[in-house]
Amino acid sequence: MAPVLLLWLAVCLSGTWAVDRGNFKTCDQSAFCKRQRALKPGQSPYRALLETLELTNTRLTLQLINDNNKVRLLLELYRLQGNMTRVKINELKPLKPRYEVPDVLIQEPPTEPMSLLSQDENGVVLSLGAESQRVIVSARPFRLDIMEGREVLMSVNSRGLLAFEHLRMRKDTLFHCSPVLYQAVNEEEEKVEDGMWEETFKSHSDSKPNGPSAVSLDFSLPGVEHVYGIPEHADTLKLKTTDGGDPYRLYNLDVFQYELYNPMALYGAVPVMLAHNAQRTTGIFWLNAAETWVDISSNTAGKTVFGKMLDYVQGSSETPQTDVRWISESGIIDVFVMLGPKPQDVFSQYASLTGTQAFPPLSALAYHQCRWNYNDQEDVQAVDAGFDQHDIPYDFIWLDIEHTDGKRYFTWDPHNYPTPLIYIFLTFFSFIHQQMVAIVDPHIKVDSNYKIHNEIRSRGYYIKNKDGGDYEGWCWPGNAGYPDFTNPEMRAWWASMFAYDQYEGSMENLYTWNDMNEPSVFNGPEVTMHKDAVHGAWEHRDLHNLYGFYVQMATAEGLVQRSGGVERPFVLTRAFFAGSQRYGAVWTGDNAAEWDHLKISIPMCLSLGLVGVSFCGADVGGFFKTPSSELLVRWYQTGAYQPFFRAHAHLDTPRREPWLFGPENTALIREAVRQRYALLPYWYQLFYHAYRTGHPVMRPLWVEYPQDTATFAMDDQFLIGEDLLVHPVTEEGARGITAYLPGKGEVWFDVHTFQKHNGAQNLYVPVTMSSIPVYQRGGSIIPRKIRVRRSSTCMEHDPYTLYVALSPQRTAEGELYIDDGHTFNFNKKEFIHRRLSFANNVLSSINLAPDAQFSTQSWIERILILGASKPSKVTLKTAGECLKCFFMFLYGKIIMLMFPNLDWSRHKRLYKRQTQARRQENWLSHCGTWRRERLRT
Amino acid sequence: MFCAYLLLLLGVGVSAVEVQRPRGVPLSKRQFYEENKPFTCLDGSRTIPFDRVNDDYCDCQDGSDEPGTAACPNGSFHCTNAGFRSAFIPSSRVNDGICDCCDTTDEYNSGATCQNTCRELGRKERESLQKMAEIAKEGFLLKQQLIHEAKRGLEEKQAKLEELQTSKKGMEEKVEALRTVKEAAEQPEKEAKERHLKAWEEQKALIRMEKDKAKMAEVFLELDEDADGFITVAELLSHSELDPDSDGSLTETEVQGLLGGADKVDTVAFETVWGNIKEKYISKTQADTPAPVETPQEEVREPVPDNDSEQYPEDDIPEEEEEEEEEEEDDDDPDEEDDKIPPTMRTQEKKEDDEGTMPPYDQETQNLIDAAQKARDEFDEAERALREVDDQIKSLEKEISFDYGPSAEFAYLYSQCYELSTSEYIYRLCPFNRVSQKPKYGGSETSLGTWGTWAGPEANVYSVMKYEHGTGCWQGPNRSTTVKLTCGKETIVTSTSEPSRCEYLMEFTTPAVCQEPPSLDPTLHEHEEL
Repeated sequence: MAPVLLLWLAVCLSGTWAVDRGNFKTCDQSAFCKRQRALKPGQSPYRALLETLELTNTRLTLQLINDNNKVRLLLELYRLQGNMTRVKINELKPLKPRYEVPDVLIQEPPTEPMSLLSQDENGVVLSLGAESQRVIVSARPFRLDIMEGREVLMSVNSRGLLAFEHLRMRKDTLFHCSPVLYQAVNEEEEKVEDGMWEETFKSHSDSKPNGPSAVSLDFSLPGVEHVYGIPEHADTLKLKTTDGGDPYRLYNLDVFQYELYNPMALYGAVPVMLAHNAQRTTGIFWLNAAETWVDISSNTAGKTVFGKMLDYVQGSSETPQTDVRWISESGIIDVFVMLGPKPQDVFSQYASLTGTQAFPPLSALAYHQCRWNYNDQEDVQAVDAGFDQHDIPYDFIWLDIEHTDGKRYFTWDPHNYPTPLIYIFLTFFSFIHQQMVAIVDPHIKVDSNYKIHNEIRSRGYYIKNKDGGDYEGWCWPGNAGYPDFTNPEMRAWWASMFAYDQYEGSMENLYTWNDMNEPSVFNGPEVTMHKDAVHGAWEHRDLHNLYGFYVQMATAEGLVQRSGGVERPFVLTRAFFAGSQRYGAVWTGDNAAEWDHLKISIPMCLSLGLVGVSFCGADVGGFFKTPSSELLVRWYQTGAYQPFFRAHAHLDTPRREPWLFGPENTALIREAVRQRYALLPYWYQLFYHAYRTGHPVMRPLWVEYPQDTATFAMDDQFLIGEDLLVHPVTEEGARGITAYLPGKGEVWFDVHTFQKHNGAQNLYVPVTMSSIPVYQRGGSIIPRKIRVRRSSTCMEHDPYTLYVALSPQRTAEGELYIDDGHTFNFNKKEFIHRRLSFANNVLSSINLAPDAQFSTQSWIERILILGASKPSKVTLKTAGECLKCFFMFLYGKIIMLMFPNLDWSRHKRLYKRQTQARRQENWLSHCGTWRRERLRT
Repeated sequence: MFCAYLLLLLGVGVSAVEVQRPRGVPLSKRQFYEENKPFTCLDGSRTIPFDRVNDDYCDCQDGSDEPGTAACPNGSFHCTNAGFRSAFIPSSRVNDGICDCCDTTDEYNSGATCQNTCRELGRKERESLQKMAEIAKEGFLLKQQLIHEAKRGLEEKQAKLEELQTSKKGMEEKVEALRTVKEAAEQPEKEAKERHLKAWEEQKALIRMEKDKAKMAEVFLELDEDADGFITVAELLSHSELDPDSDGSLTETEVQGLLGGADKVDTVAFETVWGNIKEKYISKTQADTPAPVETPQEEVREPVPDNDSEQYPEDDIPEEEEEEEEEEEDDDDPDEEDDKIPPTMRTQEKKEDDEGTMPPYDQETQNLIDAAQKARDEFDEAERALREVDDQIKSLEKEISFDYGPSAEFAYLYSQCYELSTSEYIYRLCPFNRVSQKPKYGGSETSLGTWGTWAGPEANVYSVMKYEHGTGCWQGPNRSTTVKLTCGKETIVTSTSEPSRCEYLMEFTTPAVCQEPPSLDPTLHEHEEL
């Protein structure tokens, strides 16, 4: 007895400090993954029936047949605008419809014409538009090769791993109804394996009424050694090969204390992979919301399965190649092949399919203070006062689940957060320009005294269990129901619950946080919902990875609606899918106060950025456990340069507001946060850009230096936009870091010392606790607001300082974007967007949106030109008038131009006196009406 | 804009007493901002034309050229706050839309509508200061008293301690002396007792032998059925219990063997036979009556242990029972002993009954015993007294060892407890001992820490107490409590909170921290610049 007890204890203990792997499936424990992965390459039973080929202007259809069971599939092939190809494969005549993911694509992707180039009994060759791109469709076995010129960009089913489990009747039940039919079916049927009609994991059984329905397809990427994306995994930026281990898994799960550097599934899933080499970047978007596994292998042997037809284009046997295989449990095959060729092209291509990053309110890019939980109203006020007292800026304070009345979302704890006080408090907060976030999770307490529950139940909006009753599971409130967010009516109703008159205690400055939306079901299989739960016509199995996406969609819609469509929403989500970028921010879930978790925050957010989700952050300080003050400071310094900047902590950890670690650490944290606030104009402009183009805000270096192979696997440093390079200190007790400054012939300026460094070098930088190694690219212009105040809103009218970092060619370019910071009025052309460029010793400003109008009280008070030589004079040219400018020449390399805010300083001095005859016009007092002003040096 | 300008001018006109100086400059620094003279940054780093002071552009690294604007990141703005305390605020709070200075001067261009609240604040502050001063005054008086009492108490305790230590010395000597006496008296006692016991043992052996002889004679008569003075083989044959090989039958040969090979034995020869058979022999007349069973042991078990558990069935025992004060446990002990005594005594009595009573000691021995007992009692008494004194000394030393503050003003808190009842819990602070929390509606008490140390800031160490190593938290640290002391007339716990998981904060008022109030000069609180 004693040894057993000990063993049990050991398991228990390890379970409390690290992920309990036994709670989550391996590929072997997931019947379809095991089944599919057992298939061997090179034995594809699929043949294209070329006689069924139909080609319209925009679409090619072709039947495929599985020679083993004679089941026919229908292949659809589209050439999409913007250099993409879409491949769709479904059963020709499925027993019942198979799930096709709705709502993720922002529109039916516009197509381009294709034409038939040649055809024989072995296959057909199609032209993909003008760029000498062709698709070769081989018939036996079926495969696709996408080529540009003589180069194969990507091959599909080249390893013959296409597998499409057709829907079928269950044999035992079939036999009862129709022995004859049974006989017929039985003959053509493959052998029945375990786990096809039901499956058990731990104590949970999955009834699988539809039987096997998995789909799988392989892709070969010749010349590719680096693939990225398919978040969310706590792994390196460069994806690893999965031979000999489990595939990367995409299945939204609430993983308690997740482990690092492995392919286990986490909270969100974006089935998008990028492939990159020095010549080209491509992408694969596997649009399937069921449980998905992705195998990656890198080999040269894969080439042997290439068809004869292609032999002549193959290079030497040393050509590297990456093979990728996607396996999903149900649905159809719907793949978008994004052909680049540049990284930015892939971003734009993917954005044209699923939309771009939501443009957040400016304040959401500032600092967020969170904790599970601030005990009560007084506690929140004390924390607010702490920031004020220690002069640390912040914009948002967050309330976790304890603020509710017994975990009933949309309500407030009557004792700790009485609603009358909440109104007073939020009003006070609006006076001091602060905002608040309250959590609203999708699990709804089953309680007949709870309005939200009663409404959802009476309207039939809950997800059903396999027997038709409301699905119930355990979560924070105890027994809970899960609203069916896939139902548009449900989403509309949910959105209406955020109206000010519905959501008691809510005001304009209260925003929302959706946690636990994988969904998390404490007593469900793998801590989530049973796959045989029912959403209308579909099983949960079909759309699991979409649930969190819909929760955030409905919530964001609610926040838009409550303001009559005027105000931008801000919603943070933990679970996500392709397209989630349209609805707000994500964070990397329940991390831990460990140095490795700080390090992993970089590749985790970089991976998300690559697949469109720019607004990403990790809990600063680490959620579980207690950070040392050194780790906490380093985490603030890192977080200040990542898109979503929020400190958060577990209920059981000691308090860690920034001022609790002695004056020195308080000062270090203050400085990190202030650097963030000074850079907010740049962050805001990048998010505007991300909103317009889908380009990531936080980028791996290879995105901007696609030919520099040294950068391809780099994930301890990153770029913000294209102009700032950040190498956070993530080592305990670090004395120095080695930053790689890319770009041959380029220069980089240390943003703190303005020291110039050459590109294309590994630069050793000694560091102290105050160091945050950040470099500005020579050739860029970055706007800052260096009058850092208590919150971003307080800084709204403050002047800008432009940092002009000259390239070796003495040129620089940058932008300035200004709007009201919180409404959708930018859609009504109410903004300022200017290009700033420095060339031939002239800094000029060009209006990028001449038809836009916006008036701001901000001005430019200072321009620093880094890497310049001393000018004899500087003149300001505005409206045809030439005026001499004040300038200083500093450290033999910096020109500082000064523009006191003459407009009002002359008038507003305390006592009346005539200022000397400085008659300049206030040339920048109204940025919105800038004409083509010039500074001439 | 122009109107605002006019208003500002009006404002200047109204406060005619205002000394002209740039916005945001305190009176004390006015001389550095002389109109029409070039301005030198206060750190001496630069000199600039005066019109660049407060031109909303930061020229000086120390921020001194922009005392009235938000231009310098490290500058500060001075609010006069007439009617209240003047203050410096960071420059970043000038014109940020939030009213910071009660005289509204920080928001002159932000559009924020601020109201001058200085007079109101000043009045409130004066009132509260006054109140606090009164409390401090009374508290301080109380504190003097406490110090006085503590001093006296301490002196008393010191004196007591010395006295105890002296008497301890005497008692130790006495104990040693009595030990010698005791040991001296015990030696002859021991010898006399041994003598007595030996005589008694000899006598007992004699008695046993005679009893045996009588029994033998009795058996002889019983066996000698034909009363011929011989016991024959036939007469013995009916006693099957005497079967030497225990095979169930007693044969004639075996009987003959028992009789030493003879066919019959007389009384003299029977002596040898008796020696062989007496262990097994069962008298025919007694065989039917059962042999007496060992009853005494069963009787012993009955009363003692069950008694307790029946009175307090396990379920009903409140858990606190275990944690209750030690004195209460002491109370329980004697009862248990009482219960235990009678049965032991009874057993002894029984044994004596069986074996017959030892004759009383002879007078001489008894005298020796009495003398030794007396010596023992005296020794025990002396030793107990010494232990008591020792305990007292230890407890006094412990009490004196605590740091009761610079004037021992906190000494009165020793061995006291203060409670605060909240909606859920009763919190209990026993200074220099422990802090605990007990749910109001059932449930066990939780230790929130035992006395650790004074933990105030260096300048004011005696303003905070720290209690540590309380009950452990799940996945967390051991509970601990920080007690903040503030001046008050009464000694009470005013609030408790748990700002961080398992780290408690308690507010505690006591006169012991009251500082001597400065003499109240009402004009001091009016603004200096008015």
